[in-house]
Amino acid sequence: MSDTSAKSLADQLVARFGDTLEVSTERNEIIADLAAADLVAVATALRDEPAFRFGELIDLCGIDYLGYGQVEWDTTTVSGSGFSRGVEGQALGRFSWAERPSGDSQPRRFAAVVQLLSIEHNRRLRLRVFCTDDSLPVVPSLTPVWPGVNWFEREAFDLFGIIFEGHPDLRRILTDYGFVGHPFRKDFPLIGNVEVRYDPEQKRVIYEPVSIEPRVLVPRTIRDDADLLQARAEAADKWREN
Amino acid sequence: MAQEIRNYTMNFGPQHPAAHGVLRLIMEMDGETIVRVDPHVGLLHRGTEKLAESKPFNQSIGYMDRLDYVSMMCNEHAYVRAIETLLGIEAPERAQYIRTMFDEITRILNHLMWIGSNALDLGAMAVMLYAFREREELMDVYEAVSGARMHATYYRPGGVYRDLPAQMSQYRESPWHKGADLKRINSWREGSMLDFLDAFTADFPSKVDEYEALLTTNRIWKQRTVGIGVVSPELAQQWGMTGVMLRGSGVEWDLRKKQPYAKYAEVDFDIPVGVNGDCYDRYLCRVEEMRQSNRIIRQCVEWLRANPGPVILNDYKVVPPHREVMKESMEALIHHFKLFTEGYCVPAGETYCAVEAPKGEFGCYLVSDGANKPFRVHLRAPGFAHLSSMDTVVRGHMLADVVAMIGTYDLVFGEVDR
Repeated sequence: MSDTSAKSLADQLVARFGDTLEVSTERNEIIADLAAADLVAVATALRDEPAFRFGELIDLCGIDYLGYGQVEWDTTTVSGSGFSRGVEGQALGRFSWAERPSGDSQPRRFAAVVQLLSIEHNRRLRLRVFCTDDSLPVVPSLTPVWPGVNWFEREAFDLFGIIFEGHPDLRRILTDYGFVGHPFRKDFPLIGNVEVRYDPEQKRVIYEPVSIEPRVLVPRTIRDDADLLQARAEAADKWREN
Repeated sequence: MAQEIRNYTMNFGPQHPAAHGVLRLIMEMDGETIVRVDPHVGLLHRGTEKLAESKPFNQSIGYMDRLDYVSMMCNEHAYVRAIETLLGIEAPERAQYIRTMFDEITRILNHLMWIGSNALDLGAMAVMLYAFREREELMDVYEAVSGARMHATYYRPGGVYRDLPAQMSQYRESPWHKGADLKRINSWREGSMLDFLDAFTADFPSKVDEYEALLTTNRIWKQRTVGIGVVSPELAQQWGMTGVMLRGSGVEWDLRKKQPYAKYAEVDFDIPVGVNGDCYDRYLCRVEEMRQSNRIIRQCVEWLRANPGPVILNDYKVVPPHREVMKESMEALIHHFKLFTEGYCVPAGETYCAVEAPKGEFGCYLVSDGANKPFRVHLRAPGFAHLSSMDTVVRGHMLADVVAMIGTYDLVFGEVDR
């Protein structure tokens, strides 16, 4: 997709939907943020109107923004005792269920992200809907617009606990029968809560509380983009072509 | 005396040879006719996306092979492209040609697996044996280039792990390979890997003719596939179908042509489309795709022979330096240490990158918050979308047609369940 087509689609979206959509362009990819209440109306228009014709919903996924931008290893400040050791923090893999992080740090945690494709115009568009209530994230279902979204919504419900209002059959899909919790939430431990094994005495598979310790091998850290710029300058340098 | 006959419910799988993995179907039957199907998936769910969030970017490339484990490198391609997009880097031209070539080798690998297992499901045992004969040759190519027959972890952000080997590995004498047989299989393997591929691709169309001789006009094959599982173009779009499932219904849509990546814009190939959207048309599409992939591989081989060059970027912030350089350069040693203990940080942002995998559109939605690990990775698997339409497509079909449908969806549960 060329620059011009991305720009013209962004302009078309602004002209048609105005303030309903918050359109941004990142590297020729168009992202439109919108409120949950407008979702179905906007989706229907995007599917049916000749200027858009997004006939195909490629993907829908949930996302949990809890802990966005958090690091375990601080690389910018240094104290008298040296740099941070990178052994503390609440990033994924470091906690069990009992010590999971609280969900207060992020103003809006959950979002559903939709990837649309227009075969007629050869264009893509990404819609993102934030849920207003973190304790009960709700998004209207897109099943009346694209029936193919059915399983994707079930997956987002299963993994993130996002409720899709109006979905005909909102069951778990990927996790085990009888699974408790929503495993892809950032406050769900990477090690899980239960493990299974065959018990020779009871002659059946039993569930037990998980016995492994949470462990992180590489701490999560954020470094400045300046490093990459420097790398490019270094790559242009002759000294390394030895 | 009037008797009430009720529909009965039947369980299929999850351990059934025709289920292509661990698919469980709960079917409501009226006699032998399907009234309703409820596929249960997730029996192979490993939480790949969550695992990827807990590791540096490069350490998840190997997980991608294990998603759709019959089209390994195509999955890697989507993930690696997403990282490259966020980093704002582009692989060298030679690496792009190598990726194009291996994507097509992967497509042939996948379609060979598909034609063999689909025919086996529908009662034609021999095709599997023929298909695996050629599959084995291509697995050797995977092994020659990466050391692994299947889970290659060959693509890296910034290029590919290493250049193509100058010497194709040969078979040694063993109780299974000896005498004239050994001489025959080694005759292609005298030269480089590109020589081997040249010999293979020169021969492969005649092998495709052999599969076609077994199936295309086979009466039983046609009875089992013609008019079965018809998907209209409208239905295909409503259910998010991509790849052959969409092209079989006559929609000319292929990311390699419409949104070209790697070097697909530079190579010459055609997109086969079906007419009726039934299992037979999709069979014809896939067979023709094998021939077209063969064409692409030949063009790549020709280019790669003529154009030596770097296969990965010379950017130590992303790509580890060569071992020889490390022995003398302190800078290189430091970079190597940082890359393998911390990884590289990817600028904050989000992207969706898709490739035309053999089964359809395989996409990677990557969100980074600037850290050395992805914040969220979502993998869009074509099989997941296809299987969700199962209930709509097979209603009113016979029980045996469900098996034909599972085959034509080309399902692999590694990617459906992730």
